[in-house]
Amino acid sequence: MGWFKRLKDGIQTATEHKRETPDGLWYNCKKCKHTCTSKELKENLWVCPSCQYHTRIGSNEYFELLFDEGKYNLLFDDLEAYDMLSFVDLKPYIERLESAKKKTNLKDAMQVSIGRVNKKPLIVACMDFTFIGGSMGSVMGEKIALATEYAIKKRVPLMIISKSGGARMMESAYSLMQMAKTSAKLSQLAQAGIPYISFLTDPTTGGVTASFAMLGDINISEPGALIGFAGPRVIKETIKRDLPENFQTSEYVLETGFLDMIVERKDLKETIGDLLNIFDIQPSSRIILSSLRSGSN
Amino acid sequence: MVFLEFEKPLEDLYEQLEKLNEVGEQGGIDVSKMTREIEAKIKDKRKELYSNLTGWQKVQLSRHPERPYTLYYVDKICKKFLELHGDRHFADDKAIVGGLGMIDDQRVVIIGHQKGVNTKLRQYRNFGMANPEGYRKALRLMKLAERFKLPVLSFIDTPGAYPGIEAEERGQAEAIAKNLFEMAQLKVPILCYVIGEGASGGAIGIGLGDKVFMLENTWYSVISPESCSSILWHSWDYKEQAAEALKLTPEHMSEMGLIDGVVEEPLGGAHADPEAMAKTLKSHIKKELTALNKIGVDKRIKMRIDKYRNMGKFTKV
Repeated sequence: MGWFKRLKDGIQTATEHKRETPDGLWYNCKKCKHTCTSKELKENLWVCPSCQYHTRIGSNEYFELLFDEGKYNLLFDDLEAYDMLSFVDLKPYIERLESAKKKTNLKDAMQVSIGRVNKKPLIVACMDFTFIGGSMGSVMGEKIALATEYAIKKRVPLMIISKSGGARMMESAYSLMQMAKTSAKLSQLAQAGIPYISFLTDPTTGGVTASFAMLGDINISEPGALIGFAGPRVIKETIKRDLPENFQTSEYVLETGFLDMIVERKDLKETIGDLLNIFDIQPSSRIILSSLRSGSN
Repeated sequence: MVFLEFEKPLEDLYEQLEKLNEVGEQGGIDVSKMTREIEAKIKDKRKELYSNLTGWQKVQLSRHPERPYTLYYVDKICKKFLELHGDRHFADDKAIVGGLGMIDDQRVVIIGHQKGVNTKLRQYRNFGMANPEGYRKALRLMKLAERFKLPVLSFIDTPGAYPGIEAEERGQAEAIAKNLFEMAQLKVPILCYVIGEGASGGAIGIGLGDKVFMLENTWYSVISPESCSSILWHSWDYKEQAAEALKLTPEHMSEMGLIDGVVEEPLGGAHADPEAMAKTLKSHIKKELTALNKIGVDKRIKMRIDKYRNMGKFTKV
């Protein structure tokens, strides 16, 4: 037996004695392996300072970086999903919901807010990928419908930030019908002459892409985001050959003609502000942000 | 005849019947009494098997190789049909067909998924999986219908929109999204029937309508039971469970208020008596179109959008 061989099988250190740096202090870039502190990452708007990889962030972060002084009001925050079909796979849907709520401190995979971007009012509906993969269920569909109605009534532009694996299977056809529901509501928004900006972030796939995400008057994405209808694995299995390089990245989707532009996170606020200035929609009444809510941090 | 797994007892009875007839012919024996007995048994067995189908069995029936597809119904229902081709941008998709038709005196535009009736044609039709140009052809025809004030009839029967490289490059997602957006506001009536498989975005891409019905042995869901099993159970072996969990049958869909009703099929499924099925469908279509034609344009669009507006279940805290 070689001197380097283990004398005993398996790892002998108990989990509680395992020595690791605490989570959340350091960021290790999954693209370029660059390491920096989480503080540095946040100061750089959660973009890797070395390779500009745009990490996935949540609705609170987007609200904070978009709205003037990071201040906004949440809308329709009283909606919650429930297990209407008693859906059970390896785990009951109800348990998935409970653990997602606990883990994320959110009620579902979308939050809607109103605030100002360079002094212009804007309604932003933003997904949270950490909540069951940003999946679209009844709550998301209802929030988009309510946001659309609110945008029409107040004559305030709407922005939807997508970050989703697609429809929520555990709500079966209810989730499928949210595609029709949201698209139908957006057709009313278009008729009312209110601009709709769709912002597709990593990842935007499935029923979300095949409904509201592709329906923007302006479609914008972040660099390097995965955008598609079918997921790359499904396509690969279907056609049984390798996928082209950069396939389904935002750069690729821009080339194939389905995006207006790709905007880096540091330029997002300015770009949205410019768009709002050019569209120049006058709100029907003064938008008063009654109880200004500061961003999460 | 093609028998499905759950129809095994029927297959056995048919075999008995065949053997009996053979014996009768060869031996010159009168077997008519026994024949009638077996035929009665077949009828009873069929009734029994079909009286309580599971979700998975309905999925199997919806995919029965002898099941009638869109063009069969079109041929039986219309006294005249002119198929129109192409999306005017890229190509003519063979997985979605469409054209101008006359159902008795009612002029219509018909769109629908089309599957092939044999191995060669199944490939030609891409197994009913449309590319973006299919959805865009359907939209072009719907806009044609709008201009000439013709109601739209849509037949849904797809295992899904095609997941391919070119489909993505040409904007599969955008094509479906655009259809939903335009169909919501279309000024003419839209009447939809799920005649086979209603798989997800590929189905709803031509499936937003004033009224949506499902034939009795079909399914409609956000995902196929096989893919659902693979994603949620991490294995392909749970398709039966997935089919139950997804509540994808016409009865469930009707109960949930996500469709407007179920159209009864002949005993043994649409393929057991396609002509009877076409006849039922035709009278159903005529009745529904007459009702939809009576509603004013603005009111009809509002009712259509409000119907979808109310789909979804959630709680308020």
